[in-house]
Amino acid sequence: MILRLPKKLDTLRVVLFSVIFIAAATVHAQDWVHTGTNLGVQKIRIAAADFKAASADAQSSGMKSAFDQTLYNDLRYAGIFDVVSKSMIPNTTPGSPQEIQLANWAAQPSNAAYVAFGALTVGGGRVTVQGFLYDTHSTQNPQVLGKQYADNASLENTRQIAHRFADEIIERLGGMPGIAETKIYYVSMKTGSKEIWAMDYDGMNEHPLTHLGTVSLSPRVSPDNSRVAFSSLGKNGWSIRVYSIELGRLVAFPAWGDTTLSPAWSSDGTKLAFSSAKTGDPEIYVCDASGNSARRLTSFRGPDVSPTWNPKTNAQIAWVSGRTRLPQIYIMDSDGANVMRMTDGGYASAPSWSPNGQFLTFAWNRSYGPGAPGGEDIYIMDIASKRWTQLTHDAGMNDAPSWSPDGRHIVFQREQGGHSEIWMMLADGTDQQELTHGGGNTMPNWSWK
Amino acid sequence: MHYANRKSLVMAASLAAILTVAGCHKKNPAPPPPPAPTEAAPAPTATITATPDTINAGGASVLTWQTTNATDVSIEGLGKVSPNGTQNVTPAQTTVYHLIAHGDGGSADATATVNVGGGAPPPPSNPSESNLDENAFEQAVKPIFFDYDSYDVRPDAQSTISADANFLNQHPGVKVVIGGYCDSRGSTEYNLALGENRANAAKQALITAGVGPDRLRTVSYGKEKQFCTEENEACWQQNRRAMFTLDQ
Repeated sequence: MILRLPKKLDTLRVVLFSVIFIAAATVHAQDWVHTGTNLGVQKIRIAAADFKAASADAQSSGMKSAFDQTLYNDLRYAGIFDVVSKSMIPNTTPGSPQEIQLANWAAQPSNAAYVAFGALTVGGGRVTVQGFLYDTHSTQNPQVLGKQYADNASLENTRQIAHRFADEIIERLGGMPGIAETKIYYVSMKTGSKEIWAMDYDGMNEHPLTHLGTVSLSPRVSPDNSRVAFSSLGKNGWSIRVYSIELGRLVAFPAWGDTTLSPAWSSDGTKLAFSSAKTGDPEIYVCDASGNSARRLTSFRGPDVSPTWNPKTNAQIAWVSGRTRLPQIYIMDSDGANVMRMTDGGYASAPSWSPNGQFLTFAWNRSYGPGAPGGEDIYIMDIASKRWTQLTHDAGMNDAPSWSPDGRHIVFQREQGGHSEIWMMLADGTDQQELTHGGGNTMPNWSWK
Repeated sequence: MHYANRKSLVMAASLAAILTVAGCHKKNPAPPPPPAPTEAAPAPTATITATPDTINAGGASVLTWQTTNATDVSIEGLGKVSPNGTQNVTPAQTTVYHLIAHGDGGSADATATVNVGGGAPPPPSNPSESNLDENAFEQAVKPIFFDYDSYDVRPDAQSTISADANFLNQHPGVKVVIGGYCDSRGSTEYNLALGENRANAAKQALITAGVGPDRLRTVSYGKEKQFCTEENEACWQQNRRAMFTLDQ
């Protein structure tokens, strides 16, 4: 399908950027969060029309409503849009550029700068979607995107098409790839034992990957999305195991035993960092992607665990060390040199490094101690300045944060009233969404793309 | 539910270990009481043992038997034998050796079984005796408890370690798994590392007390297995421990 980028958009982007820059200097205290996490300050006003059902099956099969709902949620969750409420959009379903009255979408109360619209057809076992993104203020050349998608007709495929269209919109208007097609790997007890599960980033399509019947924890998907490394309890204690998403089964990986756990992929996929008590004391090691050539990086008495690479450079590793007793976040070079403590007290754990290398997010209880109930919250810290801010407040015990690949989102676990669920939020702590239900869901890990 | 299941699994495994150990040390049943004498001549007696009583296929076991007041002694399958003796046997499958002693005062018999690898050992003659063994282990080898966020063996745990080591030194054939456990608060991954440090601290204390390191291995359970699920210090203290179970 035709894909035209109006020249005007570049001009608009410059203007928008200037506005953001000026606004940033004056708006509230945590601008360093918004700029560093690509969230910006000004959100783009966008509307998503209900798509036109171009065949009777489209409506009756539920595929059109699944598409509309998925596209709307994707734009709302993207973090860069002010999405017009469905109750404020014009009561029409334009299926093609000939059928849309842009002025109605630009006018109050919709007041949209952009509008997404199109048509969905179901027939012959296929679902076909034509999607458009228009600039409501351009009379000469309003089309920003025009796309066509087709797949075998199913609710699942229809949702995936909506994710793909949403990601096109997000990349075009937000300047970087969106997360609508990403996955979240996590631990769930739904089958009775802690197994590794996967779901779409919006909580749909949840399914188990492992059926080991023991305790499996700490899933970490490889940067090419082909494998998941995790820790599993066996007869000889904890070992790292690797599940191939492509093959749908476990693949060979050296079983170290000796409490070997918490794997972490480097962003180039060539190395894994992990913790092992091979020497009798848990230390951080690095090995290659097949589990060989392991090398020890730390030698501190006490727990050293939960490594995470700086994905921008792969030249640094952050991890958790108990060498001064209560666990604190540290960073070091990936050869073990230049150790620096990042947190100044309390109980800090589960670091995840932001995609642009600028931030850490982690779980922190700044007043942890004997007899304290152990509530904890998610924080982010600017590594260069060690400046931090708290993202969750007064809502259960929050742990195990993981960055999204766009740096705009964080997924984490929240335990309330004995039930643990996976949540996501924007990296400034706003827009918190519960993704799972039923309890027993922990340790989320966001895929790399 | 989940933890209960796992605990029963661990217990089943420990029980199986004990049954195996008990099987190795199984005493042969005492000879049956001799039949009441019918005349003045004393009644014969017979005992037989097989050492070892479990072999791999192709292996050998030694039968040892004694009789008294017998004039005619035989072992079924081996024929006539001397009143007291030993003999190598290499059965291809589990075999019961039946010793029969005839004398003027009557007859007596006894059996010994040689189990050949692959087959399950015979069930212990008295299950409650096996439970006593596990109880004995649990009575003798007690867990030690740790302070919050600490893996130092406390002064008040030293006497426990001494008693534990004493028992293990008296039972040099016993191998032990040391489990490290943490309370329910804080990071899952950090607690697994801390639990390993606790298990290893207990291991080092036993080694210092003379227990061979090759008899000890550690497994961390972090906060994945809780002994007590209330959220208070008494409960958390119960969960911060290193505990000893029989290794298979």
